Amino acid sequence: MAGTTAGRTETQEGRDRMTEIAVPAMSLVVLVGVSGSGKSTFARRHFAPTQVISSDFCRGLVADDENDQAATSDAFDVLHYIVRTRLKRGLLTVVDATNVQWEARRQLIDLAKSQDVLVDAIVLDVPEEVAAERNAARPDRDFGSHVIRRQRKELKRSLGKISRDGFRRVHVLRGVEEIEAATVVTEKAWTDRRELTGPFDIIGDVHGCRAELEALLRELGWEIEPGGTGASHPGGRTAVFVGDLVDRGPDTPGVLRLVMGMVAAGTALCVSGNHEQKLARALNGRKVRVAHGLQESLDQLAAEPEEFRTAALAFMDGLISHYQLDGGRLVVAHAGLKEAYHGRASGRVRSFALYGDTTGETDEYGLPVRYPWAREYRGRAMVVYGHTPVPEAEWINNTICLDTGVVFGGKLTALRYPSREIVSVPAERTWYDPVRPLTAPGHRDPGVLSIDDVRGTKHIEVRHGGGRIKVREENAAAALEVMSRFAVDPRWLVYLPPTMAPPETSRREGYLEHPAEAFAEFAEAGVTRVVCEEKHMGSRAVAVLARDHKTAAARFGVDDGSAGAVYTRTGRPFFAAPELAGALVDRLRRVCAPLMDELDSDWLVLDCELLPWSAKAEGLIRDQYASVGAAARTALPEVVAALEAAAGRGVDVGDVLDRARLRSLNASRFRDAYARYCRPVSGLDGVSLAPFQILACEGRATAVTEPHPWHLDLLSRLDDPLITPTRHVYADLDSPESVRAATAWWESLTVAGGEGMVVKPVTVAGERPGTAEGGAAADGETEPSGSEASRRGLGRVQPGIKVRGREYLRIIYGPDYTESLDVLRNRFLGRKRSLALREHALGLEALSRLADGEPLWRVHEPVFAVLALESEPVDPRL
Amino acid sequence: MRPATDLGFLLHKHPDRVQEFGQSYGVARVFYPEADEERCTAALMLDVDPIRLVRSRGRSTPDYALGQYVNDRPYAASSLLAGALADVFRTARAGRCASRPELAATPIPLEIALPALPCRGGPELAHRLFGPLGWEVEARAVPLDEAFPEWGDSRYVRLALRGRARLADALNQLYVLLPVLDDAKHYWIAPDEVDKLIRAGESWLAAHPERGLITRRYLGRRGALTRTAFARLAELGDDVEEDLEPPLEEEPSPSPEADAPAEAAEASAPGEVSAPEAEGSEGAGGKRPLNTVRRQAVLAVLDELGARTVIDLGCGTGQLVGALLADPAFTRVAGTDVSSQALTIAARKLKLDRMPERQRERLELFQGALTYTDDRFAGFDAAVLMEVVEHVDPPRLPALERVVFGAARPGHVVVTTPNAEYNVRYEFLTGMRHPDHRFEWTRAEFAAWAAKVGEEYRYDVAFRPVGDDDPELGPPTQMAVFTRREG
Repeated sequence: MAGTTAGRTETQEGRDRMTEIAVPAMSLVVLVGVSGSGKSTFARRHFAPTQVISSDFCRGLVADDENDQAATSDAFDVLHYIVRTRLKRGLLTVVDATNVQWEARRQLIDLAKSQDVLVDAIVLDVPEEVAAERNAARPDRDFGSHVIRRQRKELKRSLGKISRDGFRRVHVLRGVEEIEAATVVTEKAWTDRRELTGPFDIIGDVHGCRAELEALLRELGWEIEPGGTGASHPGGRTAVFVGDLVDRGPDTPGVLRLVMGMVAAGTALCVSGNHEQKLARALNGRKVRVAHGLQESLDQLAAEPEEFRTAALAFMDGLISHYQLDGGRLVVAHAGLKEAYHGRASGRVRSFALYGDTTGETDEYGLPVRYPWAREYRGRAMVVYGHTPVPEAEWINNTICLDTGVVFGGKLTALRYPSREIVSVPAERTWYDPVRPLTAPGHRDPGVLSIDDVRGTKHIEVRHGGGRIKVREENAAAALEVMSRFAVDPRWLVYLPPTMAPPETSRREGYLEHPAEAFAEFAEAGVTRVVCEEKHMGSRAVAVLARDHKTAAARFGVDDGSAGAVYTRTGRPFFAAPELAGALVDRLRRVCAPLMDELDSDWLVLDCELLPWSAKAEGLIRDQYASVGAAARTALPEVVAALEAAAGRGVDVGDVLDRARLRSLNASRFRDAYARYCRPVSGLDGVSLAPFQILACEGRATAVTEPHPWHLDLLSRLDDPLITPTRHVYADLDSPESVRAATAWWESLTVAGGEGMVVKPVTVAGERPGTAEGGAAADGETEPSGSEASRRGLGRVQPGIKVRGREYLRIIYGPDYTESLDVLRNRFLGRKRSLALREHALGLEALSRLADGEPLWRVHEPVFAVLALESEPVDPRL
Repeated sequence: MRPATDLGFLLHKHPDRVQEFGQSYGVARVFYPEADEERCTAALMLDVDPIRLVRSRGRSTPDYALGQYVNDRPYAASSLLAGALADVFRTARAGRCASRPELAATPIPLEIALPALPCRGGPELAHRLFGPLGWEVEARAVPLDEAFPEWGDSRYVRLALRGRARLADALNQLYVLLPVLDDAKHYWIAPDEVDKLIRAGESWLAAHPERGLITRRYLGRRGALTRTAFARLAELGDDVEEDLEPPLEEEPSPSPEADAPAEAAEASAPGEVSAPEAEGSEGAGGKRPLNTVRRQAVLAVLDELGARTVIDLGCGTGQLVGALLADPAFTRVAGTDVSSQALTIAARKLKLDRMPERQRERLELFQGALTYTDDRFAGFDAAVLMEVVEHVDPPRLPALERVVFGAARPGHVVVTTPNAEYNVRYEFLTGMRHPDHRFEWTRAEFAAWAAKVGEEYRYDVAFRPVGDDDPELGPPTQMAVFTRREG
């Protein structure tokens, strides 16, 4: 560890030919030696080129001249910057500079400490003549021999006390031969046990409660050796203790005996708790304040044989601050550990791991105030810890505290990894009175997100088709405004629906869109069976429903009394009045209760359409559609009348009059098209919801796992005036008759102005043939060229295609669009299709994260990204 | 004027033919439904192809709005008609007529009819604009949809003008006033509009009692030329774009002249041109506008608290930030807002690109949201939430409290918000003071909220009135000053 006495690995007088230098795998290595001592050659031989940062190189960067001494100060600024960045990223880094001055070394040591990595020095000590000779051979080094003489003097002065500089180790190589013969190896950090993949049983603070520990181990299926000197699991599990085995409880020696046996046998790992640290200091005869149950341990250990006391002391002395396990996916530390400290080594890392992120203040009980680091934790690794007793083990941002206060009469808790199952046994009695009552950890996780969760350009990993999806900074900025000004509580905002592409443009006379192109596209992609769902012309709605307020609090962290939310495709509430929103949620919860029973879940998320359109969009309809209708229906009859008058006078008006009459007719059709989706509503009267997919429920992202018929069947059982069923037909694409029937169905829906239908492959939405090559298409970096392949989104199958009716499209393309079909057919679907795929993948990702119980910020990330992508410029008529 | 068909000479268009004039978006036609000794009517008919209208603008103009195809331009007497009028009747508008010069210089009896004139302000505004010019005005509102009477009137007016005027004057008045009444965002306005306005308004605009409004509206909406990605999200959510516009400035005026909060908002909206600053909020009797009073109250409190570093949370267009910067006692000034549009305006108003280095070093301006914790909010002596909390949905207030009082934890927090009790003093106010307000608190409600927040986050709180403290209703603006408890 840092701060241990630096010993010179200086070779014996006999001069062994081979000196092996061991440096930590994640560390800073400082080369020390005069100009011409062979540092660069040495570095080249033993390290990768990118690992070595030389002052000469940095001088070149800032001065175009590696020997411009006037640039030295700026060059070191650059050097320090590069070194700091590499160390922050956990990379072994070697500094190739003379470093003969104490000040230069001190700066590098401080730099390493600021990044919590160890720092070693390798001193190359060559005779002055050798250095002088080498410099003379290099014409670019024109400084005189006095420079080397001065450097040697400084080196000599340094060597006497370099071991006190703060290096973990100083390796001194004397003479050309020894330097030539030396080898360098890297040694893994003690904390790095990433090769261990478990499965693990991670056990919270035991505090001398041997009986409860044994009960818990048995509950977990462990077999305890007679005499309690060890335990093993027939399933090959490994126990990981979060520390604080000792103090307060009735049998600290018994707990130590068992755990020491397990660790020695390799069936357990144990990190140090603050109580082990202090007990070890006390046993070592250091002066400590005897409090917090230390006396019990000392008394109990006094009754043990000297031999056991010695072994226990050695065991506790040897415990390290934390472990990284399972490829870095799991971190265990007594008091938790923030991400920047994972796998690092420094005094403050150890102190964080043992005592937590203390603020230096104390509370009214005289106990240290701890900063709630877990609330801000954004790391990918699961962090498991103890230290602060809580009534229940609760997840906060992928971290969990397992200290459930067994010694205070609570329980002893284990977390099974990777299954995330929590197993507890109750305390036999209250063994020790707590100083402060057990409370939930300060506040609940407040569900407040950080700006860094959403700001700037992001690349989001998605598990279902798409790989990594990019969100641009400017789109994130637009989404931030909408999200923070208008959206519902992010804890309810678990999903936003993706956009959906229309089919290839139809060439059929009088049509812009027709089912034939949708069927053909799916057939070509190898889809054999599709479902055609009626497209309700309403407003897209997502309904998140919890069975009761308890579920809302436990599963969504919402404790303001709401038990769900219904929101629009941009995340806004449907009703400004909170009582209306609440009433809608309550009715839906009632209607969906049997569905929750069926799904064995206390909550669910539904994808729906809220009807009528005018309920939400009345402002838009009045402002846009009705306004255009009013202007058209006022102006056009007067135009017709004026033209008729002119024609009556004998003026040749050509076809202008006929065209005016047709436009007047189209204006009425346009008006009928929007009016059919408007009906007055009052409160919730007249409002209905048409659900068509169950997006997720406990443990399952059903949008990913279940095919569409499953959803439609379950939803068809909802029987309530509030629910509008989603009519649908299936079509087998290899049966012309089946396709004809589905086409006829679409015609019947749309002839009277219905919006149309959505065609979806019946199979599961997530994985499909062709997703592997999707990376390029999903990135959306480049404007798709006009080529057929890219217009079709590079062969990836759309999750759904909307086929809209001829009359309905007047609302989209304008009253007279049927007169300009040739122009309008020239539309580009590439972007829309790419966007649909990306947003779909993000939506499934959000649902998967939700179903897996991932923290709020992880669910919010893809949801926010959908909104950001929606602000991309895409033809809104598609 | 006899024969009436002399109108054909004045307009330079023959009464017996349909004449076509190509426009980038379609065709303008002139024809005469009637033409005899007594009466002669020339019709200017615009055949606007909405698709051509969009596509003729090229890729540089924003095509990504649904409204561009479903658009009233083919039917309404908009700026397109004004443009066509200027083009087709160019000579007549200049008052030139080689064959009837005396007629061109003489007021003649005229009737002008516009079947669907978009008119923000309704028939009443049409009267106010055309009446003073000597026209007998008949303006009738067009209903939105007769099947939905509850929707009320549309923004269109059927306008008929009768009077005696020089034809050139009539044409110039229409040229200027059609877009003014329309007050839409003209995406296709030319950069030399100021010159055009001056030329077309030469003979009548200077004396017009509504010249302020005419000028402001004619030029004021140019800032709307640029549409942001943000605006696209409006349509997506079935919302009207205006609903989402950032609440830049707001103040209902107690004076009967100003016609609603919206008008006040407009006064300091993007148009930096000649619009008198916050004209709409100028109180009767020359009192200082409330937003000025409020800003000065906040500055006074900050001074009193001895704050040296201040962050304005929800800085809008940066008026407070500007005032803070002007006082060298404030060594570090930050402004943050969630609206990138507001920040753009703030940067322009503060002349960020020309700011001296020493002043620039004291200033930070960045986009941030008060519902997301943000390290950049931390480390200030004081934070200001001036007219901000009322723009946050009540269920989201706890998040704001946590972000400001829990995470950023400045030494002081100054909060101002409208006093709802005072609203009865605003004669023309219905509802809340700004359409984006999610609530307005009484003094008791504000006090209860402040006390709760102070308790939860360990701040002491004191209250101050801002503006005239009405003995019954309290001040128009209420202020709470929070001070962090130490230890």
